[in-house]
Amino acid sequence: MNLHGIWAIYRFEMARFGRTIWTSLATPVITTTLYFIVFGAAIGSQMRGVDGISYGAFIVPGLMLLTIFSESIFNASLGIYMPKFTGTIYELLSAPLSPIETVLGYVGAAATKSMVIAMVIFATAHLFVDLHVAHPLLMLLYLLLVTASFALFGFCLGIWANGFEQLQIIPLLVVTPLTFLGGAFYSLDVLPEPWRTVTLFNPVAYLINGFRWTFFGQSDVSFALCVAVTLGFAALCLAAVVTIFRTGWRLKS
Amino acid sequence: MPEPILTVAGVSKTYKNGPTALGTVDLTVNRGEIFALLGPNGAGKTTLISIICGIVTPSAGTVTVAGHDVTRDYKAARRAIGLVPQELATDQFESVLATVTFSRRLFGRSGHSDYIEQVLRDLSLWEKRHSKIKDLSGGMKRRVLIAKALAHEPQILFLDEPTAGVDVALRRDMWKLVHRLREQGATIILTTHYIEEAEEMADRVGVITGGKLLLVEEKNALMAKLGKRQMDLTLVEPMTAIPAALSDWPLTLEDEGHTLRYIFDAKAEDTGIPRLLERLAQQHIAFRDLETRKSSLEDIFVDLVGERA
Repeated sequence: MNLHGIWAIYRFEMARFGRTIWTSLATPVITTTLYFIVFGAAIGSQMRGVDGISYGAFIVPGLMLLTIFSESIFNASLGIYMPKFTGTIYELLSAPLSPIETVLGYVGAAATKSMVIAMVIFATAHLFVDLHVAHPLLMLLYLLLVTASFALFGFCLGIWANGFEQLQIIPLLVVTPLTFLGGAFYSLDVLPEPWRTVTLFNPVAYLINGFRWTFFGQSDVSFALCVAVTLGFAALCLAAVVTIFRTGWRLKS
Repeated sequence: MPEPILTVAGVSKTYKNGPTALGTVDLTVNRGEIFALLGPNGAGKTTLISIICGIVTPSAGTVTVAGHDVTRDYKAARRAIGLVPQELATDQFESVLATVTFSRRLFGRSGHSDYIEQVLRDLSLWEKRHSKIKDLSGGMKRRVLIAKALAHEPQILFLDEPTAGVDVALRRDMWKLVHRLREQGATIILTTHYIEEAEEMADRVGVITGGKLLLVEEKNALMAKLGKRQMDLTLVEPMTAIPAALSDWPLTLEDEGHTLRYIFDAKAEDTGIPRLLERLAQQHIAFRDLETRKSSLEDIFVDLVGERA
């Protein structure tokens, strides 16, 4: 195992995060604050709670994941896309690194950044709502699984992309709409049929509900199913990354 | 007995739905030598280097570096290789020290090393170690790329067009550096289309064009084998045509008839020069100066590539 190599990539990526630390952290804090002002104070005060949970607290897990999905994808995709763009990918391809080692460096760094941002959002949320996490350890593990899965997804996206605009397409046109429609701000039970059933085909709904379960011990679908879908998504992304490295798709000519 | 450090056997590359970038290539490079791969743009030099370094997947053939197969035992093979690419591809916002340390770690070595300081000092980069790469000149960026390639103490260094676009002074510095690296035991393989560079540095030369390796030869042997000599006689009275009495020699008139040029095989037992000078005297053709020169590697290269074109 080339531990020095993994560490080199990890440090490099974290150094990039460090160079933009204030904008990286200020953006989610400001966005979260705005969501709480709109959905918590303005609209949320007019809404009744969900299963005994205040609306302000109910939206915290969805709000965290909304940012975490895009941050994990963005950081991992940019991490591998930039060497392709600048030409420094030659060094990575000629280094004594296995695909797993390369992925550990990039995905590990992207997941770390997302975890830091998630904790900042979590701390910001505490300023606005009274929040008690029912299963803190499970919450952290689930968050780690989600950030790693979306970082893997972002890694594939970064290899696929041929331009900066392509890096934005999937997060903007697919992930964000699925997150909004996956119950980030509402319970699936409030949806009329057939929309509730349709929503059950949205995999993001399971990720949000699973994460919400770790907070409140209750969710719209069973926690076991949520974990199974999340693990399935992670396995799919991992398989895609392994295939990319085995075939050299968009990496080697 | 020379010890092979690089063995390329039957390697070829054909891109999907594209041309054959590299025909079947066989090549052996020995430890400690400077090998120059000469060829025009698009000849296949970079493709061959990229296959050896693991950047391009070959369509066929095997490559062994320091006894390790670059596919089956790629980690050990790659640890033995340092690559300086043709393009100035760097992380603009990193410092010199950070990017060189990154390269060393990437190849599996600890980042804390006196060796990095030594490399940076050798390349006159130590004073610039905290500078951002974006603030360096093109020549200094080229040095940074060399430092990155040397950072993990490779046994074999690939320099892909190392002096493309650099000024004459820096080119001379690079040549000195390459000789110094060889003295320290490194094997150097460089691609270039500057013939002067190969002539100055290489022990052996490979000529590649159209994806085919035309020949591999000791540089001096190549120049002796394929080289020709040229004798120019500056005439007292210019000529309009070569006299029939001189038709036994392949002579040409240059410089509007002021120079009589004779190209001959330097290795031939009878160069024909004494008889030619004798015949000129008999014909009362006087000359005020005589100059000879041997053909350069460039002349040989142009002949070789021209024959294949």
